[in-house]
Amino acid sequence: MREITVTQALEEAMIEEMQRDERVIALATTRAPALENKFGDRRVRFTPISEAAFTGIGLGAAGSGFRPVVHWGMVTFSFVAMDQIVNQASKIRYMFGGQADFPVTYRCTTGGGAQIAAQHSQSPYSMFMHLAGLKIILPSTPADAKGLLKSAIRDNNPVVFFECSRLAGVTGPVPDGEHTVPIGVAEVKRAGRDVTVVGLAYYVREALAVAEALAAKGISVEVIDPRTLVPMDAEAIRASVRKTGRLVVVDEAPATCSAASEILALVTEDPDTFRALKAPVQRVCAAPVPVPFSPPLEQAALPDQVRIEAAIRRVLEGAPRPAFARA
Amino acid sequence: MLPGKAELVEMLRKMIMIREFDLLAIELRKQRRIYGALHPYVGEEAVAVGACAALRPTDRITSTHRGHGHCIAKGADINRMMAELFGRVDGYCKGKGGSMHIADFAIGMLGANGIVAGGMPIACGAALAAQLEDRGGVAACFFGDGATGEGEFHETLNIASLWKLPLLFVCENNRYGAGNAVESVRPVTDISLHAPAYGMPGVSVDGNDVLAVRDAACEAVERARRGDGPTLIHCKTFRSLFHAMRDVPPPETRSADLLAEWRGRNRDPVTRLEDFLTGRDIVTTAEVQAIRDTVKRDLEAAVAFAEASPYPDPNDLLVDMFAE
Repeated sequence: MREITVTQALEEAMIEEMQRDERVIALATTRAPALENKFGDRRVRFTPISEAAFTGIGLGAAGSGFRPVVHWGMVTFSFVAMDQIVNQASKIRYMFGGQADFPVTYRCTTGGGAQIAAQHSQSPYSMFMHLAGLKIILPSTPADAKGLLKSAIRDNNPVVFFECSRLAGVTGPVPDGEHTVPIGVAEVKRAGRDVTVVGLAYYVREALAVAEALAAKGISVEVIDPRTLVPMDAEAIRASVRKTGRLVVVDEAPATCSAASEILALVTEDPDTFRALKAPVQRVCAAPVPVPFSPPLEQAALPDQVRIEAAIRRVLEGAPRPAFARA
Repeated sequence: MLPGKAELVEMLRKMIMIREFDLLAIELRKQRRIYGALHPYVGEEAVAVGACAALRPTDRITSTHRGHGHCIAKGADINRMMAELFGRVDGYCKGKGGSMHIADFAIGMLGANGIVAGGMPIACGAALAAQLEDRGGVAACFFGDGATGEGEFHETLNIASLWKLPLLFVCENNRYGAGNAVESVRPVTDISLHAPAYGMPGVSVDGNDVLAVRDAACEAVERARRGDGPTLIHCKTFRSLFHAMRDVPPPETRSADLLAEWRGRNRDPVTRLEDFLTGRDIVTTAEVQAIRDTVKRDLEAAVAFAEASPYPDPNDLLVDMFAE
């Protein structure tokens, strides 16, 4: 199978969906020459840096029969559009009694590891998960990125589509032709016996690398990628934990009220899964600080393979530590 | 140009309906028969009715927290509005929205909004949709003087003008942003002056003169349908009653003279249109009375409709969250 980057996969998804449905339009503050050349500047809008306005424009156009794909740039910039996201997009369908659909996709990049410091290294997945009313997608491979973006655009609800910056240039196999991935379905990226590791975005790859290394030492790690955070495929994660009896969640957001916390709650609330646990559950998260600039500080703040392996060993020994702990 | 009799009568009927609907809602709220917060549109009826008179049924609007007038002006069903205030399942939002969140997408009413300026970007999106559809559709957003302090106001004016979107910015300057007089929060009170800064025409009109509002809106609509972009219409009006009430209306803090001036028969938008029409022998006082009687009967029927409607079933709490 051909291999392309996440960025190329996302662009393919945009082109295919704009070809498939003329109601799909794109709004972003940066120009997208490939799209603009194909579809013209009526459907591919280059916008002023006015996030609140174009977030709401996407919503209003969605309520008026179009399927806008709005790119905020970095998730950082979405914070100046919070009224439109929190008060409008996440509530508009339910609050009005379901009388209209709002098929709008909000894309943005997330995550640290690129030495661009606190404001531009955020992973605020859980802030958006908390809102009720937004579907939240967080892919980790080119194939999932393409398939899920296509599903997001076709979905009749507001969808927030997170694109991990560190994965942008990562290559992977993507099927030719029509390829979609259903929203709300997790995937076991590596089957294992002893420990379940749920990774988010970049940390799916890191968990896979640790699993490979530990396999040589006789430890069998199952790696699961939720791919969608809302709706969360809790049953896939629970089923894995019932099999292994141990759970580590790796998330580059700080632990407090994080997606990792939500995953632990969904797993431990379930009686059968709780009874199957052989050790306390464990989070590996970012330090509770704004992500710092200097490489050694940034590396210290974010999860890494050493900490993931340490957490796996701790749950195997039944001795967890706080979610952020230097290995 | 003066519209024909049928249109004038319909404008008068809608203005009387808005007035009586909100006065009745206040009484119902005092009696605890309806719930939550209420923001009466009393005194501002000419803005919604004048602007909506320039629109087609397929044109789209967004409204504000003070939204009952915009609903009625755009043609909403008062039975379903009333049922919503009563929190019943036959309300526009099945009881999930209440007074501040009434919408009727079927008539292009894209929603009242609890956030000042929150509807402006959404209206801008509806205008973008109209531009892309290329069928001569327009959108209008209603907002108050308070919205001009929000970033969404400025962002939306800029983008709408840049993209020449078919959009009417209808500012109802009722002289108060919640408890604050407009001159206490703005150094410049002529809101139309924002228009030239964003490269669009801006006009100030007497917002208590429904025909003046309609004329300005018709001109703006023509310009928008031609593809020449948005217009800012600054309607100078007056919030005749309070900002908001819960169980009881808040105490009035404004001077009796000021209230008497704006509520006077020659300044109140409803009596003003009434007197204009009877003075020109376009309608008789008997016809006006007949309209009032009809409105009263329709509102009694709306309350009966609402009270006959069941409360939503708590088992349906999660319904309408996500579309299939």
